[in-house]
Parts: sequence; structure tokens; C-alpha cells
Amino acid sequence: MSQLEFEKPILEMESKIAELRHVSNGSTINIADEIGRMQSKAQKLLQTAYSKLTAAQKVQVARHPERPHFLDYVAGLITDFTPLSGDRNFADDQALIGGIGRFEGRSCVIMGQEKGHDTDSRIHHNFGMARPEGYRKAQRLMAMASQFQMPIITLVDTAGAYPGKGAEERGQSEAIAKSIEKCLRTDVPIITVVIGEGGSGGAIAIAVADRVYMLEHSIYSVISPEGCASILWRDGAFAGEAAEALRLTAQDLHGLNLIDGIIAEPLGGAHRHKEETIRDVGVQIAKALKDLTPWSGQDLIKKRREKFLSYGRAL
Amino acid sequence: MNWLTDFIRPRIRSIVGEQKEMPDNLWQKCPSCDGMLFHRDLEENLNVCYHCNHHLRITVKQRLKIIFDDSEYTRIELPAVAHDPLKFKDRKKYAERLKEAQSKTGLKEAITLALGTIGGQKAVIAAFNFSFMGGSMGAGVGESLIKAAQTAVKEKAALIVIPASGGARMQEGMLSLLQMPRSIIAVEMVKDEHLPYIVLLTDPTTGGVSASFAMVGDVHIAEPGATIGFAGRRVIEETVREILPANFQTAEYLQEHGMVDMVVSRRELAETLGRLLNIFMQALSAAPENDNTQDNAKGGKALTSKKAGKKDVKSSTKVLAKTAISQIKAVQKAAGDFQDAKKKPTAKKAN
Ligand SMILES: [Zn+2]
Repeated sequence: MSQLEFEKPILEMESKIAELRHVSNGSTINIADEIGRMQSKAQKLLQTAYSKLTAAQKVQVARHPERPHFLDYVAGLITDFTPLSGDRNFADDQALIGGIGRFEGRSCVIMGQEKGHDTDSRIHHNFGMARPEGYRKAQRLMAMASQFQMPIITLVDTAGAYPGKGAEERGQSEAIAKSIEKCLRTDVPIITVVIGEGGSGGAIAIAVADRVYMLEHSIYSVISPEGCASILWRDGAFAGEAAEALRLTAQDLHGLNLIDGIIAEPLGGAHRHKEETIRDVGVQIAKALKDLTPWSGQDLIKKRREKFLSYGRAL
Repeated sequence: MNWLTDFIRPRIRSIVGEQKEMPDNLWQKCPSCDGMLFHRDLEENLNVCYHCNHHLRITVKQRLKIIFDDSEYTRIELPAVAHDPLKFKDRKKYAERLKEAQSKTGLKEAITLALGTIGGQKAVIAAFNFSFMGGSMGAGVGESLIKAAQTAVKEKAALIVIPASGGARMQEGMLSLLQMPRSIIAVEMVKDEHLPYIVLLTDPTTGGVSASFAMVGDVHIAEPGATIGFAGRRVIEETVREILPANFQTAEYLQEHGMVDMVVSRRELAETLGRLLNIFMQALSAAPENDNTQDNAKGGKALTSKKAGKKDVKSSTKVLAKTAISQIKAVQKAAGDFQDAKKKPTAKKAN
């Protein structure tokens, strides 16, 4: 497991427990009591650490490489998933993946950024940073969802849209703007969950939804704390301060009424409890879908607009 | 510009140099060609370098004067918003930065709203002030764009937005990011009513501003040489370690790549806008009663007014269009003449 600085004492305790278990296997000494004691201590350490994560620590957890990623959620929640490729214009973008399948038996469109889980897959998915083709594929899938009246699930996990020469040449700005516009015009339910990192325009391009949820330790921000620090503090070392100031945690954003809800993560974060987290995300999506299903397409569009227009007005 | 201002003055300046008692602030160097520019001549030339045609930045006031008919317009009051709900502080408090920007510019926000006519057609302009915190877009700007759109709908006017912005105002955190969809909703209101929405991209239009309302116009006009793009040049260079072309992310580059309809020099701006608005508005007033309401943007149906409202749009645009008919005819004639001159055999018929 990759190490987070604040998790070190917990990880040490966990490896001690594993060691003890190993020892006890080979002997007749009963140290079950000792293991139990240590386990409850480790649990307590987790509790203390995770109950008061700073914004900067949340950023680390949100980016933890072992957090469940888009494809893990698809595997856990979607049956008959059939990925669809390409923007019908230039290329396929493996940073933003999408397709059709069934969620709890109901046909749906699902899309999101995939960061990858090892060096090869990370490169293959461009670290979850989509190019214009990704956002144009998203638009295509939204049109398909509307055509077949399938709800849309989007899972957000990206550091941001890819900053590259080709991306600029092919209109990264236009692709993102049109993707937002498409979200606003789509007459089927759209449900978004920020599962890790919600990085700026590249995230919101697929997150203009009827319901927007965030996992407990995910973040959503206009700029990365590092980028913000290097611009406003003129020193990237102030990323911690920037993370705090940007109010980018799920708790901050829920407090500002800018998201609809927080999906709790099991103690110790999604990276320790993948299956449980994926299941809980599914429960929340199902609930939202049930709420939204009676709405007509025109009502959805109207209320989606009103919802986004209302953001910030009551602050 | 005559040959004197074009050539002699900068020469004299370079020969006479610092010894002369000419006040320095009367002259400035062109950032593109280094040519010396005399302030009065520069202003007369709409802040375009008279040596190399480089378009220097221009204040919103000058901009509105250039575009609106007879330089006349009415300012629209900006809507009130909660400033600094995050209580953001970096090395300095955002609240202080805001105050500083306000006192430095004499403006309330990074945007100015105005209503007037262009080529005889009613138009609302929302113009960004780059000198106000880099024209960055936060809730104040977003809310103003919404008001601009609502005013355009109420007045049955076109909406013209003129970004000059580095992007989102990060001191407003997530609220600034949310102005991307909010500004696009503003545009949707205008499109629902089939009113023209034109974007005039000026230097610079980048980040979250370029990736929202700025890229969903019916027509995209750009000023020569303006920097337009999503990611900053330096960020891209650091990420991809590629050599970027010299004209990377310029207005001309964007036109080459299909993102901009036309690059228009400041001198031809008013005429171009007037022509576009007249063509669109005439089309609206000429559209048959029943067909026009079919909306391909499904969002339209939900929010558009009832039939009576639509008739209103048409009848009033008809009135507006009447005032412009002579101009349209003039434009058509000019086009015809042009085609005649080129000896296109079909030109007459086409008109
Ligand atoms: Zn020059």
C-alpha cells in the first residue's frame, strides 16, 4: 500500500499485527488477546486520524492510487457494461471512458475519468486527464442517453483536462463548454458522484447534473492547491494553505450548499474498503434515480438550470 | 494615420532621444514592434499600433464607444452578490484585493453591462475589464452575465459578450468554477428566444472563461493577435516539452483550427457586428409564424414564454428590423457590387 504521511503510525501498527499473526501461527502460545488489543488500538488511531483530516490530507486521500477508480465502480455496479469508443470525429480518449449497461437492471449510460492503477494503465488512460475527444465522446453519449431515455451516471475523478498542444489545437475549451451545454440540454436524469479528485473545468464538464454527490474524502476545486499556491502565494510549498483556503473538501462544499450530499466512506477511507465504498455509492445513486424517475424530461432540464442558477445566491 | 505620425515622429523621438522635454507618458512603446506611439494618435487609432497593426488592450469605455451607434449606450447596473463568502485569504485577504481593484479601476466588478444599438439593432454588451483582477470570473461576473442575458431577452436584443479574462477567480473557489455552467445557462436563455449571441474574443481569453460561455456563441469573432486558449502556454510547455508554434493560441491560430469564425480588426468591428445583427434579426422577423418555435435545444421548451411571448419577439424585431432595412439593402448592394466586380455571373440572381 502506498503510504500517506499521516497514516504511518497506523500502517506500522497494522504491520505489527500481521507479524504477530504470523508468529502465532507457528506456535502454541495464545496471543489472540494481544492481537485484539492491538487491533482496537489501530482502529482508534484510524478513527482519530480520519476524524480530523486537514484539507491537505483530504487531497492526499482523494488522490490515493489505491482508491477505487472508475472501472472498479463499473465492475461493481454495472452489468452488461459495454464501453463505446470514439468521438466520431478524431479519436477515442481512454482518459474519459463511457458506455451503456444496466444499473440495478435498468439501462443506463455511465461515464467518467479513469486514472489507471499501475504505470501501464496510467499511461494508457493518460492519468485521467481527458482531451477534447473525451469531452466530445461524453456529448455523444449524452445524446444517446436522451435518444433512448436512459439515465446518465457520471463519476468524476480527474486532476483536470489535459494541457497539451494537440488538445488546444482541437479545441479543449470548446469541447468542455459544449459538454456543459449538453449536460444542461439533456432530458434524462443525470447523477454525478465525485469519487476522488474533481479537478476544475475538466471535472465540471460532465458534472452539471440533477444530483451531485461527493465521497467523504473526495475534493472538488477550481484549481489544484499546488497551482493555486504557485499563483497566489508565488510558492508551491503553500499548497496546504491553498487547500484550506479553497474550501475544496466534500464537507466544505456541502456546508456551502454547492453539492447535494456526502457519501460516507468506511473508516480509514475508500482505499481500505473498496467493495464497501462502491456498494455505498451504488446505494446513493439508486436513491437519487428513484427520486428523479417521475420527473419529465422538460422538468429535469428546468430544475437543473434553476439548481445551478441558485448556487451562491443564498450565501 | 499620415506619414508624419507613421514614420517621422518615432524617428524624431529616436534621434532626439531623452534630451527632449517631451513628457514620457505621452509616448509609449508598441509591445509588438517597439515603435513609439503618441498617445493622442494611438487613441484616435482605437489603440491599434499605427506601425504594425498590433491591437493593444483597450478600456471597456473605449470599446463601448467604438461599437455602439453614435457611441451612445445606457449602462446597466450590476446585480448585487455576496462577495467573498469563503473569506479567502492568501498572502492578502481577497476582500482587500477586491477593494484595491475597485479603487484602482473605479469599477465594481470585472465586467460592464451596457445596452444600445449596433447598426440599428438593439444589443446588450457584457464586456470584461481585464484591469480588474485580470478579468477573472467569480459570482459577481457570472451573475452579471445572467443579468445581461435576461436584459437581452426582455429587450429582445442581441447579446454580445466580450471576454478579456485569465479565467476563473480562484479566490472564490468552487463558486468561481460554478460560473462556467451558470454563464452557459445565461446563454441558453438568449438562445431559447432565438436572439443572436455573439462572442468577441479579446486578449486574453483563457481558462474557465474560454471553456464556457466564450465558446458557445452563434458567431465567434476574435481580435487580431489575441491570446485564446484553455491551458496556459507555460503549463503546456512544462507538461509536454514540445516546441509550440509562435502563433500558438492566437486568434489567427484558432481561426485556422476552426474555433473562430473571423478575425476582425478593431476598425471594422462595429460594421461587422452591425451587419451580423441585421442579418440575424431580419431572419427572425421574416421567419414564418409557426415554424420558428420548433426548438432543437430541448431546454428551450421548458423555459420559453408562451405563444404570445413569441409573437412579441417577432413583431418587435420587425419594428427593429424596419429601421435597419435601408442598411441591409446597402449591405446587400455592396455585396452585389463586389460580386459584380468579380464578374460572378450568378451574383445578380443571388441577390
Ligand atoms: Zn507596433
